[in-house]
Amino acid sequence: MADLPAEQRRETVAIPRRRVVLRAGLGAGAAAFAAAAGAADTAPPADPAWSQSLGPGIGDRVYGHPSQFEGDVLRRNVPWLTASAESSVSFTPLQYQQGIITASGVFFERYHAGRPTVDPTRHRLMIHGMVDRPLLLTMDDIHRLPSENRIHFIECPANGGMEWRAAQLNSLQFTHGMIGCAEWTGVKLSTVLEQCGIKTGAQWVLAEGADGAHMARSIPLEKCLDDVLLVYGQNGEALRPEQGYPLRLVVPGWQGNVNVKWIRRLQVGDQPWFTREETSKYTELMPDGKARDFTWPIYAKSVITSPCPEMPVNGPGLYEIRGFAWSGLGKVNQVDVSVDGGVNWAHARLHDPVLPKALTRFTLEWRWDGKPALLQSRATDETGFVQPTIAELRAVRGTNGIYNNNAIQTWQVRPDGSVFNVQLA
Amino acid sequence: MSSWPRRLALLGIAIALGSGAPVPPETVDYGLGTTPTQQQIDGWAIAARPDGQGLPPGHGSVKDGDDLYATMCSTCHGTFGEGEGRYPRLVGEGTLTGERPEPTIQSYWPYATTVFDYVNRAMPFPTPHMLTPDQVYAITAYVLNISGIVGDDFVADRDSLPKVQMPNRNGFIWHDPRPDTHDTACMTDCRNPADIKITSTAEGKNLTPRETGPLDTSLPQ
Repeated sequence: MADLPAEQRRETVAIPRRRVVLRAGLGAGAAAFAAAAGAADTAPPADPAWSQSLGPGIGDRVYGHPSQFEGDVLRRNVPWLTASAESSVSFTPLQYQQGIITASGVFFERYHAGRPTVDPTRHRLMIHGMVDRPLLLTMDDIHRLPSENRIHFIECPANGGMEWRAAQLNSLQFTHGMIGCAEWTGVKLSTVLEQCGIKTGAQWVLAEGADGAHMARSIPLEKCLDDVLLVYGQNGEALRPEQGYPLRLVVPGWQGNVNVKWIRRLQVGDQPWFTREETSKYTELMPDGKARDFTWPIYAKSVITSPCPEMPVNGPGLYEIRGFAWSGLGKVNQVDVSVDGGVNWAHARLHDPVLPKALTRFTLEWRWDGKPALLQSRATDETGFVQPTIAELRAVRGTNGIYNNNAIQTWQVRPDGSVFNVQLA
Repeated sequence: MSSWPRRLALLGIAIALGSGAPVPPETVDYGLGTTPTQQQIDGWAIAARPDGQGLPPGHGSVKDGDDLYATMCSTCHGTFGEGEGRYPRLVGEGTLTGERPEPTIQSYWPYATTVFDYVNRAMPFPTPHMLTPDQVYAITAYVLNISGIVGDDFVADRDSLPKVQMPNRNGFIWHDPRPDTHDTACMTDCRNPADIKITSTAEGKNLTPRETGPLDTSLPQ
């Protein structure tokens, strides 16, 4: 979008109406007055300006983008978290996500050496190691292989990693935004491995990126032959560069880091490689100083996306509590919601489609009486696993593990409608 | 409960333990792609394993690594491996327990081969893949030396690195012990309301970014 005229860039946005309303709800009287005055020009019986003119014609936007009034829907980062932007993470604005699919433009990013610009005509995928016939594939070759379409989430296991000791960030985007869910199109990895002929005794596959860090992870062959995909499509178009264009791995339900982006090499072997990303990083320090490794699956998790700190409530009345639940071990079976800090729970409604290893939408009607409330959601997946509290997780794992925090989130709703990230005893 | 969750759990354990080699699938030939030459494979096959597989010929001494480290590494990782800013600290025999654990190469990394592999694959951060194998060996030797793991006369090569005993070699649990919480989905009177207390809040911590943060104006100031 760099070549768009300045007036079409999303940075040049007006203040979204939603924000005006929210401010009014928080008691900003002047803002409420301004909003009311603006509405007088456009509310019935007036005919607003956009009804009395021609809009731009087709060809005005040969590649469309969101409305200028949706300018808050942006990936954001925590500057103090990492040493440089090229080895960092940005967060999905989950507070604005309407359905189970994360818009490709705001799907969270995680880089180890920045976002490489890979020319698909010159990109190659090499498969070698314990195979009968090593193989070098072009993107054209990969596009010709039998294809698969699946909807899966990808979550960084460090999502919520800043919240182990205490509630830290007053924002859904920053506590839960290292996740996205997309429709992925590609080739089953087993299809490619079958072409090479796997030698007896092989048990592991190293997946390696073409980025400057050649980010690499060891993945059990059994998982690779089960449901892993080599993906070139995302939400109906080519992968975004941020997501690994032209080719990435999608390892359904497993920690984001093994979903290697810009993938260029697969080596089949009989042992793991113990790369830096599976020893120094993506390992969990326990209270006794021992570290868990190879903790790949994302366990059942959920979060309320409205209300949340970015989505305060606006006076007593009827609301729909909304959120997402997910599990790396299969489908979400049940989501329960509490408004009293976990004393009593009600079954939320799960919205179709409910898919394995995908975000699942849940809602529950809530009549807010204007009194303080403690909102929680709790997912149960089809293995019967029930999402734990942060206190339970801390009792087992301490506070130094960084990864795999799938705790129940508590949002404190105050009488003025503002919402805070809190933790309970 | 159906049996498949149990099977899934067992599969997870089998994967984690690396037991039971999977049965290779039948070969299906789509007639696509080419066979890479050995030279092409050697050019890209950079992964080095703890047993030494994948380590290239060459060698490097602690002494050679001293100058290279000062030139190539110290800006980010510090003169003594202490780390500058938020760049990773390499050296330090700090604790792995308590409030402020200090996982470094010295205190945490289980295999010396991973140091070679990572420097070779990703360093120097702004200009990766510019070092020769001899230079990577030398930097690896130097970092292990200032970590107190090898002596001043150590020379790193494909034979010596797999033999280096890292201090935290036995500090890892190589399988996934989850599920490690076992809840039921209680629906009513699950807790005593009097026990529910807010133990921490993000309010007032000033950690939520405002420059890059969401809805700056609606977040409580």
